[in-house]
Amino acid sequence: MQEKPKAVALISGGLDSMLAAKIMQQQGVHVEGINFYTGFCVEGHTHAIRKKDKAKPKRNNALWVAEQLGIKLHIIDIIEEYKRIVINPQHGYGANLNPCLDCKIFMVGKAKEWVAENGFDFIITGEVIGQRPMSQRKDTMPVIARESGADDRLLRPLCARNLPPTLPEREGWVDRDRLYGFSGRSRKPQIAMAKKLGIEDYAQPAGGCCFLTDQSYSRKLADLWQARGERDYELDDIMLLKIGRHIRPRPNFKMIVAREEGESRFLQGYKKSFVHMLPVSHRGPLVLIDGDPGEQDLLLAARLAARYCQGRDAEQVEISIVRDKNQEQVSVAPFPAHEIPEEWLI
Amino acid sequence: METLDARQLLCPLPVIRVQDRVKTMQPGETLEVTCTDPGTRHDIPAWCRIHGHRIINCWDENTEIVFRLEVGA
Ligand code: SF4
Repeated sequence: MQEKPKAVALISGGLDSMLAAKIMQQQGVHVEGINFYTGFCVEGHTHAIRKKDKAKPKRNNALWVAEQLGIKLHIIDIIEEYKRIVINPQHGYGANLNPCLDCKIFMVGKAKEWVAENGFDFIITGEVIGQRPMSQRKDTMPVIARESGADDRLLRPLCARNLPPTLPEREGWVDRDRLYGFSGRSRKPQIAMAKKLGIEDYAQPAGGCCFLTDQSYSRKLADLWQARGERDYELDDIMLLKIGRHIRPRPNFKMIVAREEGESRFLQGYKKSFVHMLPVSHRGPLVLIDGDPGEQDLLLAARLAARYCQGRDAEQVEISIVRDKNQEQVSVAPFPAHEIPEEWLI
Repeated sequence: METLDARQLLCPLPVIRVQDRVKTMQPGETLEVTCTDPGTRHDIPAWCRIHGHRIINCWDENTEIVFRLEVGA
């Protein structure tokens, strides 16, 4: 063994992985971080888009954690490879379209490749037995170690004392007695440990690390798959699911209506690739049309677009429709809000 | 000097593109990156600090944000 053991930590940006890395540093292990970008991550851009979120810091939490710990952070783009995990998870989904167990197996597997390529010794995560219903259970923890191929080079410092000793413990690279035995859903032990270590500022994501745990987001993704007749997506698709109000009045098209200025600005970037509409007689949001609308569909969409503009109570609203670089203007009566069927709202 | 177009990319993609490009460069070389996501104002300097690279300059050009950085050792 070389002078100092080297571990790569899966850094999500949350408290647990930060603590796991810190515990290793305290044991004299050289730690570097790895962070995976799936396209579904709740990070920077979502804060940057909506105006109401402007006051919140736009920092990337994983980078911030790395800086606090004084470690390098390697961010890895797994957008393409991750598709098969989301589309066809071998272990199924959690409460929404979150394939947490497959996701963890995949990420630890990628970390294992990274460890081999970069001459590191083992992998650490901030997992705690019983913390999450799907991926962090006593029976699924060994599944992650086994199916990722990381086996006993995977160490979970926060709950290691509840699990069989791993290679770093057996080899004496880390001291098992100075690892922890957290379990269960409670966050109290982590919060207490953070306090003891003087860590006061940390991100506390409500749901999980990504949009796939979000019910409304998952509904929109399921709708996209159903409307297209296949389970697939591009990065732009999953970005747009994070933005605006999504309305599907007919199976062949849906509308993406900006909810405020920041979203309108963001959607501007997609105008070229979509049929889109904008009220001209009144102030109102940009609307993108996804799908293959016919003439009647566009008129219906224009009436709905009118309902979301400041002319919602006017008799007629002028809407500009741009399709294949051709622009036309229509005059429509706004669709009455109470007549919009609930099932149109995705 | 090398240049990198990270326009229209949302964080953390601009950081990932910078990271991957810097890997192919030598210490002392400079890279000029053009971005549009305001989040890069925070993320690219943070990434540089963590990895020991230096931001030489950063300025706005209309809606674009340009960073010039020097690759560290
Ligand atoms: S919440 Fe998302 S990123 Fe986290 S383990 Fe589940 S699927 Fe993966």
